[in-house]
Amino acid sequence: MSRPFTKVITANALLEGDVIYWTEEATWTRHLSKAEVFEDEAIADEQLMTASAQTDIAVGVYLADVHLENGLPQPTHFRETFRTKGPSNYAHGKQVELN
Amino acid sequence: MYKYNDFDAAFVAERNKQFRAQVARRIDGSLTEDEFKPLRLMNGLYLQLHAYMLRVAVPYGTLNGRQMRQLAMIAERWDKGYGHFTTRQNIQFNWPKLQDVPDILDALAEVEMHAIQTSGNTIRNVTADHFAGAAADEVEDPRPTAELLRQWSTDHPEFQFLPRKFKLAVTGSEADRAVIRAHDIGIQVVRQNGEVGYKIIVGGGLGRTPMIGKVLRAFLPKQDLLPYVEATVNVWNRLGRRDNKYKSRIKITVHEHGIEDIARRVEARFEQIRPAFSGIDQVFLSEIEQSFAPPTYRADATSAFDAAYETDPLFRSWADTNLTAHRNPDYAIVSISLKKHGATPGDATADQMRVMADLAERFGHDELRVSHEQNIILPHVHKSDLPQVYAQLRAAELGTANIGLISDIIACPGMDYCALATARSIPIAQDIAEHFDALKLEHDIGPLKIKISGCINACGHHHVGHIGILGLDRAGVENYQITLGGDGTEDATLGERAGPGFSADGLLPAIERIVRTYLELRQDPSETFLQAYRRVGMAPFKAALYPESQANAA
Ligand code: HEM
Ligand code: SF4
Repeated sequence: MSRPFTKVITANALLEGDVIYWTEEATWTRHLSKAEVFEDEAIADEQLMTASAQTDIAVGVYLADVHLENGLPQPTHFRETFRTKGPSNYAHGKQVELN
Repeated sequence: MYKYNDFDAAFVAERNKQFRAQVARRIDGSLTEDEFKPLRLMNGLYLQLHAYMLRVAVPYGTLNGRQMRQLAMIAERWDKGYGHFTTRQNIQFNWPKLQDVPDILDALAEVEMHAIQTSGNTIRNVTADHFAGAAADEVEDPRPTAELLRQWSTDHPEFQFLPRKFKLAVTGSEADRAVIRAHDIGIQVVRQNGEVGYKIIVGGGLGRTPMIGKVLRAFLPKQDLLPYVEATVNVWNRLGRRDNKYKSRIKITVHEHGIEDIARRVEARFEQIRPAFSGIDQVFLSEIEQSFAPPTYRADATSAFDAAYETDPLFRSWADTNLTAHRNPDYAIVSISLKKHGATPGDATADQMRVMADLAERFGHDELRVSHEQNIILPHVHKSDLPQVYAQLRAAELGTANIGLISDIIACPGMDYCALATARSIPIAQDIAEHFDALKLEHDIGPLKIKISGCINACGHHHVGHIGILGLDRAGVENYQITLGGDGTEDATLGERAGPGFSADGLLPAIERIVRTYLELRQDPSETFLQAYRRVGMAPFKAALYPESQANAA
């Protein structure tokens, strides 16, 4: 069974290196919850090109798997879960900075 | 300790100026990431999972108090108040911002430090025995040799675009504390018929295809070192596989061609290039040797040590595990544990760095070392000062008495920081250390080295851990493979895989089963885990790890 296509565009911010996501407004956000979720592969690829062109903001742009919970994107792979939080050994990174 | 000469200082200043301009051009958009990435890597700047990471070289692991203080300042001013000491005798800062990095590099240059050649396909930071110049069992201090190699390799035009990274390690003792057999070239200072020279080992390495280095030359006269090492790099530079990055390290070249063939080629090349070395390098070497002259030792009584050892059980326990014999019997080598139970292996806060700097300045002839086991060493402390040193370490949470024990774990950053990781390593180390501390078994278990890597690159040296742990991603879940019997010393051995991996939850019980099996089968408490493993082999441990499959087989 092939899984349905559900992805967000993500990268690291050029200046801080922090994890960022692509939004519907064609801007970047630090919150996964505000990311645009793509369910159409062709549209996702096209947006990926646009997002990748913003080399003065974003580094290492790629598509990451998510699934929807109550309409909000949640990471599918544990690596992406860590990217939404920060390291597990200290309260550093998004887990403290976003609140 | 080695001092920058005018050339060194000007070179670093020029590099920093260039990099400042490159960062500015990256930020204003005139450089793309593809153009900028190789430039930042040349200056030790990586982009990790959550932030940039700056890797700062600590040549052969040697620091003075002022340098340690500056690292503390950098940690506080531009990072989150701590630094991570690594198995490569480096320090890494996990949270610098891109625009601050040029200022950080200038701050490093103020204390004769830099981040050059800590990344990329160059000759990397030369590592050395962390007890160099102090160890009782040493033929000669290996650091002048390491410094000579550093000067020769830094910015050497032929060595900026090698097939792959190249790592050198040097030791001056037969007891190998620098893991020289897991480096591209390992160098041991040896004495033969009264003459000091080198044993050259080639083709060691860990990573995806681990190999133990082989002897290329059993005795090399001292003055032939640079032409010989250069000949070795030349041979590899020509034969090395640039088509496949997994086959590009010299260990693969040695493996594919055989050590005899490589040795023949190296000797031939060596004969060709030796005449071009005029001997000026030996003049440099003797100058360098002067800057590593031993400190002026004190001749005071050591009775304060004996008194504390008799009366204070905590001090005694620490002295028993964290001190090593110094060549001067009135002195000791102090290993400061950065492995407090439950803490992140190798991390030190800015305050802790300052405490260590103070201790080095007041009691340690102003010398500190970073060990590849992620601890800090005070190489020269007079025994009468040890009770005071211990009291201050304890007050700074640096007094853990666990060097060489089960909680003295090497762990790479793993998926908590590293973009290449397939699983976490730090929390695994934290759990193991806390668990065995709670069981109060640590000192009974005795010497046992656990080493953890968060992916196949093996930065945590897991292949040479008595117990090695490799974190993998199995269908989207963290999974940990165990190897047993590895050894990174002069008897270097690669660990043997025990069997299928364990989940993050199943790993700690598995480690406990291994340890309890050892405690049951050892002949007496003086038989270490590694000795017992060598005597009995994998079978009893396998039976303890996989009781189900034993039952099925029966
Ligand atoms: C966090 C960023 C890091 C990255 C991206 C990284 C990357 C790598 C890679 C790709 C290799 C494999 C090289 C090969 O086999 O050709 C490697 C090996 C190695 N790294 Fe790292 N590493 C990182 C951190 C560290 C740290 C923190 C340490 C020290 C604790 C370290 C020490 C080593 C060692 C000892 C090896 C294996 C020895 C060898 O080169 O054969 N690395 N690293
Ligand atoms: S072993 Fe893998 S996870 Fe650990 S630091 Fe090296 S590259 Fe990163």
